[in-house]
Amino acid sequence: MGTFVFLYFAAVIVMAASLVVALRNPIYSALSLLVMFFHVAGLYVTLHAEFLAAIQIIVYAGAILVLYLFVVMLLNVKRDERYNQQGTVALFLGVVLLTEAVLLAVSRGVTVATPDPGPEGTARAVGNTESIGEVLYSTYLFPFEIASLILLVAMIGAVILSKKGIMESQ
Amino acid sequence: MMIPLADLVTILPELIVVSVACLLLVLDPITPSNKKDLLAWMSVATLGICFIMTAGSMGDRVFAFSDLVVVDGYASFWKLLLYVVSGMTILLSIGYLKEERIDLAEFYGFVLLSLTGMMIMVSGADLLVIYLGIELMSISLYIMAGFKRFEARSIESSAKYFILGAFSSGLLLYGISLIFGAAGSTRLVEIAAAVEARGLDDSLILIALMLVIVGFGFKVAAVPFHMWTPDVYQGAPTSVTAFMAVASKAASFGAFLRVMLEGFGGMKPNWNGLILGVCILTLILGNLVAIVQTNVKRMLAYSSIAHAGYALIGLVVAGWVGTGVSAKGVSSMMLYLAVYSFMTLGAFSIVAILRRGGNEGEDLDDFTGLAKRHKGAAFLMLLFMVSLAGIPPTAGFIGKFYLFMAAVNAGLTWLAVVGLIFAAVSAFYYLRVVMVMYMREPSPDQENETRLALSPTATVVLALAAAGVVLFGLYPWPLVSLTATASLP
Repeated sequence: MGTFVFLYFAAVIVMAASLVVALRNPIYSALSLLVMFFHVAGLYVTLHAEFLAAIQIIVYAGAILVLYLFVVMLLNVKRDERYNQQGTVALFLGVVLLTEAVLLAVSRGVTVATPDPGPEGTARAVGNTESIGEVLYSTYLFPFEIASLILLVAMIGAVILSKKGIMESQ
Repeated sequence: MMIPLADLVTILPELIVVSVACLLLVLDPITPSNKKDLLAWMSVATLGICFIMTAGSMGDRVFAFSDLVVVDGYASFWKLLLYVVSGMTILLSIGYLKEERIDLAEFYGFVLLSLTGMMIMVSGADLLVIYLGIELMSISLYIMAGFKRFEARSIESSAKYFILGAFSSGLLLYGISLIFGAAGSTRLVEIAAAVEARGLDDSLILIALMLVIVGFGFKVAAVPFHMWTPDVYQGAPTSVTAFMAVASKAASFGAFLRVMLEGFGGMKPNWNGLILGVCILTLILGNLVAIVQTNVKRMLAYSSIAHAGYALIGLVVAGWVGTGVSAKGVSSMMLYLAVYSFMTLGAFSIVAILRRGGNEGEDLDDFTGLAKRHKGAAFLMLLFMVSLAGIPPTAGFIGKFYLFMAAVNAGLTWLAVVGLIFAAVSAFYYLRVVMVMYMREPSPDQENETRLALSPTATVVLALAAAGVVLFGLYPWPLVSLTATASLP
């Protein structure tokens, strides 16, 4: 069952990723990217990284992809022919990546020392979303609060820099 | 869940500054436009209260928030400096913002929020906290740089600063994540333990170290990570430029030094060579390129790069292996940056109050014959230029003297000589401003064009800066002993 689920996700990821570059219409490309993001998130769930899966969907599918779509739709790019002359670059990068993959496959025997996961790593009993939340609101409360302050500043800044009629001289 | 009261008391100055900043943002729309100055005074008063609080608790080393925050003499020293600089920036801005027609009380809110970021940076005992402090400081500065939003140059400055700042933050964050991978923690204490255990063999730590140096190099504007500085400093409103050149540099150096000594202190031989290279490159490029500038604001930008080079001498000495030299290096660098703050703020204040028509008089030509028209302003500019060049009896000389002495004591006499040579080079472009002010006749049309927009608060700033330059030049002992006791071991 597990293998089947993995194969499904992996196959869709590869297919969707190929469609992203193969499709001519940028909106279709963006939507296949969305499909890919969802399936990567699914892969994370099978690895019991539920938090990562949620973040993957919220950040990538929710924020980054929407930005892509905004730009594509605002600029009204229907078909883009500019990227069709990149054969040499693609060939070069492809060779580099292929070499790297082969090298990695050959040097599989070399193991890299994994660092000690620390005391947080042992608290698996409650599921990782809960333990992240717990750490965030206890040990890392201070940085968490600063992060909220940063978001506040960014929000006010966006208003100040873009709102009409808050300075007389305009 | 309860937050321990003791932790909140430890960061009380930060809490007060944040609360007042938010209060300012709320009060701004409901304050009648002729009473807006009150908001500026409120922020200055806040800084005064925080100054007293920090000065009162100076000396103890207290950890808070599960050891993520540390308040020690070192952090308190930087905070005191930052309060003074922020206060002077606000006082300078009261008149300047009106002159530029951008007087929004939000500006003071952003100064305070940026200050909060800086305070968090200098008292962070954890790379994550330091990084978030840097972001809080930088994002406020990006906005402040673009405050003259109807002027293309200001927008350009803001956008450039934002893109390069985000890029450098990315590099720093990448370094931090690698360190987390290698040490299993972002706390400086535990990083030091990991470095002690296997720092020299672990290539992960070495790469992370390099990325961290690059990230901080951007923030302190050291060559070759200085590219953004001239354009950003030139385009931003002058009071913001002064704040960036002084406060953000001081805070970045404060955090940089702590990370290098408390986090990577175990691998000094690995990084002091790198810092030495950056230091010499910064001295060469900053000083040589400043020579050809005809815009005073841009010249001061390159001068601030050059001064970062001098300050880095302190870090090189702090990283030199030897008994007792480390603390000397740290304290001489703290002294240098304190002195640098006064003279640079003074010089930028003169640029801010010198007006040509509706714009700032920032070209070298605008200073032509200034001594004939505005004796006081010309004399103060002379004082700041002489101090920046490091000529006695000004504070600039004292700063350079202690820095070079520390280098000589560490056996780096040649570095002190290099610094001295470039101090001589820098005298050329600083004294050229003096020459233009005193030796050239003002052309008749300029006499009508340039004027001095001197507000009472700007006078206070100039008086404070001049007092700092003269007093610390003639009687530096209080500052010297303060930096010696506040230095990191």
